[in-house]
Order: sequence, then C-alpha cells, then structure tokens
Amino acid sequence: MTRFSEPSTEAGSDAAGTQPPAQVVSLLDPASAADNMADYLRAWTVRIRNGESGMLPVVLGLIVIVIIFQSQKSVFLSAGNLTNLFTQSATYILLGMAEVYVLLLGEIDLSIGYVGGVAGVVTVATAAPPGDHPWWVAILAGLVVATIIGIIQGLVITRLRVPSFVVTLAGLLGWEGVLIFLADREGGTNGGGTIRLSNSILLDLVNGNLSVAAGWIVLVLGVAGFAVFLIARDRHRRRHSLVVPPLGLTIAKIVAVAVAGFAVVAICNTNRGRIVSHPVRGVPWVVLIVLGIFMLWTALLGRTRFGRYVYAIGGNAEAARRAGINLGRIRTAAFALTGLTAGLAGVILASQLGSISSNVDGGSLVLYAVAAAVIGGTSLFGGRGKMLYAVIGGLVIATIANGMGLIGLSASAQYMVTALVLLAAASVDALARRNSTRSS
Amino acid sequence: MNLPADPRAEAGPTLPGPASADGRSGDHSDGRNTPASGAKWLLETRGITKRFGAVEALSDVNLHVAPGEVTALLGDNGAGKSTLIKCLAGIHEPEEGQMIFDGHPVRIRGPKVATGLGIETVYQDLALCDNLDIVQNMFLGRELTTSRLLDEDSMEKQARQTLAELSVTTVRSIRQLVGSLSGGQRQAVAVAKAVMQNARMVIMDEPTAALGVAQTAMVLDLIRTLRSRGIAVLVISHNLNDVFKVADHIAVLYLGRLAVEAPVGAFDQQSAVYAITTGRFDPATIEASETVKAIE
Ligand SMILES: Nc1ncnc2c1ncn2[C@@H]1O[C@H](COP(=O)(O)OP(=O)(O)OP(=O)(O)O)[C@@H](O)[C@H]1O
Ligand SMILES: [Mg+2]
Repeated sequence: MTRFSEPSTEAGSDAAGTQPPAQVVSLLDPASAADNMADYLRAWTVRIRNGESGMLPVVLGLIVIVIIFQSQKSVFLSAGNLTNLFTQSATYILLGMAEVYVLLLGEIDLSIGYVGGVAGVVTVATAAPPGDHPWWVAILAGLVVATIIGIIQGLVITRLRVPSFVVTLAGLLGWEGVLIFLADREGGTNGGGTIRLSNSILLDLVNGNLSVAAGWIVLVLGVAGFAVFLIARDRHRRRHSLVVPPLGLTIAKIVAVAVAGFAVVAICNTNRGRIVSHPVRGVPWVVLIVLGIFMLWTALLGRTRFGRYVYAIGGNAEAARRAGINLGRIRTAAFALTGLTAGLAGVILASQLGSISSNVDGGSLVLYAVAAAVIGGTSLFGGRGKMLYAVIGGLVIATIANGMGLIGLSASAQYMVTALVLLAAASVDALARRNSTRSS
Repeated sequence: MNLPADPRAEAGPTLPGPASADGRSGDHSDGRNTPASGAKWLLETRGITKRFGAVEALSDVNLHVAPGEVTALLGDNGAGKSTLIKCLAGIHEPEEGQMIFDGHPVRIRGPKVATGLGIETVYQDLALCDNLDIVQNMFLGRELTTSRLLDEDSMEKQARQTLAELSVTTVRSIRQLVGSLSGGQRQAVAVAKAVMQNARMVIMDEPTAALGVAQTAMVLDLIRTLRSRGIAVLVISHNLNDVFKVADHIAVLYLGRLAVEAPVGAFDQQSAVYAITTGRFDPATIEASETVKAIE
C-alpha cells in the first residue's frame, strides 16, 4: 500500500460523474454504510426482496407452528415439554450444523446419520464393560472415528473426483452396515444389537442439569460477554471510520439474545418434576454443549481463513482456485468437520436414548439434517448459509416432531407435515430469489 | 524488401522469432528481441508452448513486456491470448519454454508463485465470488490475520485506500456483496484487487468487453494510473479504439504464434486488423516498420 503515495490525479473523475446519481456516494464517507436504523431497515427490505430473506420466513413459521400446537394441546408450552423439546432438538441441530459445512461448499453429505450412529456405538462400547474407559476417552474415541470417516470420504471426493452425492450415498449404506456389525458384536449377547449406556457422566450429557444458580450465572455472563464484545467492536470500528452496523441493530441483537437466553433459562429452571417431593429443574447440559459448538463453528466460519475459503469455494470455486486456495484441502477439512460434528450428534443421541442400537435410522436423520439447514436458509447450491440457520431449522424440526407426538398424530402425518414445512421454506427462498433475478 | 511466405519471417523487422529460423533476426530485430541490457524487460517469455491434448494452443511464443508501459495483446478468438496469460498467472504450466522475470529465469507453477513475483491478473470472467463482499474479494487468498483470526479492520482500511487511490468512488458500501455490483464496478473491484498487493505487472483479459462508455473510460483511466506508477500492464482487448488509446506496444497472437510485436506507432487501425486476421504485418506499412527502427 505504501507504493501509492502520491494522490491519484488523472483517473476516474469523469467516470464518477456519469454514474446514476443514486450510486454516487463516496466510499470514503463512512456514513454511506447504512449507519442509522432507517437506512438499515431500508437496505434490509431490499435484501429480502432480492432473495436474501435469511431467517425471517422460518422464524415466522416457527411462531405459527408453536401457536397451532399450543391451541391444540396446552401442555405444549409447559416447562417440562419445552425442556424436552430443547434436548430433542440437539441431535437435529448438531446434524444440521454438520451438514452446513458441506452445503456451503455446494456439496452434500448423505452419510452423517450413520456416521453419527457409528460414533455413538464406539463411544458407548468404549465406556461399557469390560473396558470401562472413562467418559472422555469414550467421547474422544467416537469423535476420532467420525472425523476419520469424514476425512476418508473427503479424500475420495477430492482426490478421485467422485461426486460427494455418490460417495456419501455409499457411506449411507456402508456405515449402516458397520453400525449393525458393531452393535451386534458389542451388544449381541445381552441385548440383540443394543448397547446400554451405563456411564453416568455420558448419560448426564443430555439427562443431567446445571444447578438453578449456575444456569442464571451462565446466562448473565454470556449475555454480558456478548454485549461487551459487540459494543466494543462497533466502537473500535467507528473510531477507525470502518463500516459499522447501526446502533439500533446491535442493540436489537443483544436484546434478542438476552430475551431468548432468559426464556430458555427461566423455562428450564422451572420445576418439571412429576413428584412433588422431587423437584427437577435446571438447564440440561446438552443446551450448553450445543451452544458451545455453535459458537465455535460460527467463529471458525466467520473469523478464520478456512471459513472464508469455504464460502469462496461455494461461491465461485474457480475464483478460489485462482486466488491460490487449495480446494482439495479445504473441501477435505470441511468433510472432516462434518464427520466430527455428526459424531458428536451420535454421542448426544446415545446419551439421550440411554443406549445405542443397530436401529438408529440414519436415513431419516440425514434428511432431517439437510432439512434443518435448508429450512433455516442455507442454499443447496453453496456459498450461502450460517450455523445459526441449522439451529433454527433444527428447532423447527424438533418442534414439529414434539408437537405432533403430543397431539397424538401418527408418524405418517409427521413425515408429511415436515415435508410441507421443508417445501414451504425452500419455496419462499426460491420465490424470493426469482424476484431478485427478474429485477436485476 | 521481398516478403517470404512465412508470416513470422515476413514481419521480420520487428519479429522476435528464433534467430535460427532465417538467420537474420540478429541484425534486424533491434527492438524487442535482443535488448542491450537484460533489465529492459520486466517479463520475457522464450519459446512458450502449451498444448491441450492434441491442440497446440501456444507455439513458441516470445513475448516481451516492459515496466511502465502498456502492452496490448491482440488476436482473434481462440488465438491463445487467454491461454498465454494463464501461463503467466500460474493457472497453466507450459510444456516448453522459459520465462524471464526481472532478469531471472522463473517457473510459475501456481497462482501463488505468480503473485509472489508481483504478477497480478484480472481474468476475462473476473473470478470474483458473488457471495462475498468487496473487501473479502479483494483479499481472497491473502487475508490479513492477527493471531490466526481474520483482521477485518486492517483489510477494510487497505481496501478502502486502494479503491480511493484508483478513484473508484461509485460503490455504495465497501461491505456490499460483489454480486450486487454493476459490471463496471465489478471490473473496478477486480482491478483494485490486482493492484492492491504491490503488483509489478498487471495482466487484464478483456477488461472493457462488457462495459458501457463511461465505465470503459474509467477502466482505461485505471490502466493509465497503473502505467504512471511504473507497473507493467499487459492488456488483452478486441476493441482497437481502446487499444490505441492506452497501448504503448502491440503484440499480435495468430493461431497460437506470436506473429507481430511492435510499438503502437507502427500500426494504424487498418494494419492492426490486418495483423490480427492474417498474422502478418501489412505490407503497406513496411515503411512504418522502418520508422520503428528510428523510434528505437
Ligand atoms: N482448458 C482448455 N482445454 C482445452 N482447450 C483449451 C482450453 N483452454 C483453451 N483451449 C483452446 O486453446 C485455444 C486458445 O484459447 P484461448 O481461450 O486462449 O483464446 P483467446 O485468444 O483468449 O480467445 P478469445 O478472444 O475468444 O477469448 C482455443 O482453441 C481453445 O479451444
Ligand atoms: Mg480469451
């Protein structure tokens, strides 16, 4: 940058003058970046009309679904059921986040349901007799296996140039075979393909709770940390005249996080025990685990080169290649992270069920995972999506399953309603995008 | 002067062809072929040959690019222009031939090697990611980091400064997605991306092809700005008007061969078209090529 010391004199002066007036806003003027809320809202409506609808449709949809279920069954919004819903959604959210990595690349991974299953079996079997390994060794074993599976699939996809759809379709079949084999071998004598989980810490991942006080402390620290982080960043950027989101938006974000966090903690800290003498309250550990993974993966995608390259490859792989990015390595790493996250989902699933068996329906799980990511707003064509979308999408999937279960609808109806929601979400996205191409 | 059939030999006075071909390059090609000091050319290719299967896209190309000058690379569709610059940018590796950059022989094995030398390329298709914003695109592949996290603040500052120096002032926000920019704005971003890293040579493949009058003027101004900063510019264009506005030298590719290479003064529109379509120097301008000698 030092090279360009002298001011430019000859370039572009007339070109600037011939632009349509609306576009001639000096780049050097930080105010040109929507600095107030009204501008921001205007830009936001433009974005929505241009197909960048983001999470708006799905959040509205979730509210509608909640209202319908609550009107049908008043226990739906009870503390006990909502806490249940949070733990149920964990598997979908984790699998959805796993899928986001590869969807961002414009690839797909159909194997993650059974990869999770295999990881679950490995973890449960490692913690079971005769080994009786400690909980962390068991989790590590499961996650390592899942990551290695992801790396193998990634290498086949990038080195042999077999489409990811085909490789992971083979994975969908093959890992189910491995799952059945392992479950039968490890649990065959005592449970016909089912391995019981006896390690109390592993069971507590989903079934254990933070104390009431700990829940509130985590909430206060978390929201305060988030607020300080955002405000400090904005102040720093404003001082250096960089593009800053409007203050109103930052405040809205902080308020939204605080309200959502407060709601979750308040619900979970309400007594949900059936027996008066044995109150059950507290935020389930799994909520914190999912939150932690969500923050970690969001930082990885948003704040590191790796994340930037994932988006770049999904947006324009040739441009990424010409920028000197090693496509094979980034793609393989993404499949590895997909495997890792799926492995964690498998561990959580085993903890939730208290056992793992060869009956894990990895086929449905992966479709729910893709649905969770897409319902939230992730594009199947690569380049567009966020981990947050998988969180919202996973919540929607779990809410539908939970609510329909409460109402007593059959599995057939559940599948059909989930299908309609997925279709509706994808259509809203497609319609919005069609509008944008027509107008441009 | 009698004109042999070989188009390269025909353009003898300014032809950088191999000396062995007709044995007279030595005394005639005083210009671009044998510089007195190796330092005159920033980049020189010797006998570059590139094949795609059976197709020989480039055969024995000897191109010369000088610092602080605009060299226009002309040629019909499929002549091999894009292939040649992709060899310089490290996208393709030629099967044969040598490249001399700044007096040293180099092998450009990948895009990183090219950018490491200071060779930046603006591709015909721009190679931008529509889903990333302007800053993210300008730093793609060379993001600044502090303790392994992206340093968005520094990147935004540098990107803003570069765009300002190039007098690109027509984008609403530097954090706008590139997919929402107009053709000219995208071109400007691609050029800014190329020059932001201390480029010594900037290659542009048809930078004005899709642009309107005003935006073409803007890009030509950008090219002049680069030249005034001592950067070597190699520009491909089918638009001879643009070429004559900014070029100092013209090189013509014809069916994968470098047919003609001469200062812009040796051409007019007509003889340039003749050279592009036939791969020969227009006989009518042979006198002009004598002037070439005088110029040099
Ligand atoms: N990747 C490739 N694989 C096979 N053949 C190729 C490839 N790239 C270019 N070619 C061939 O090489 C020749 C030169 O192509 P190139 O793109 O360099 O032409 P060009 O001069 O840039 O043309 P244009 O003016 O149309 O851009 C053509 O015959 C083309 O078909
Ligand atoms: Mg071309």
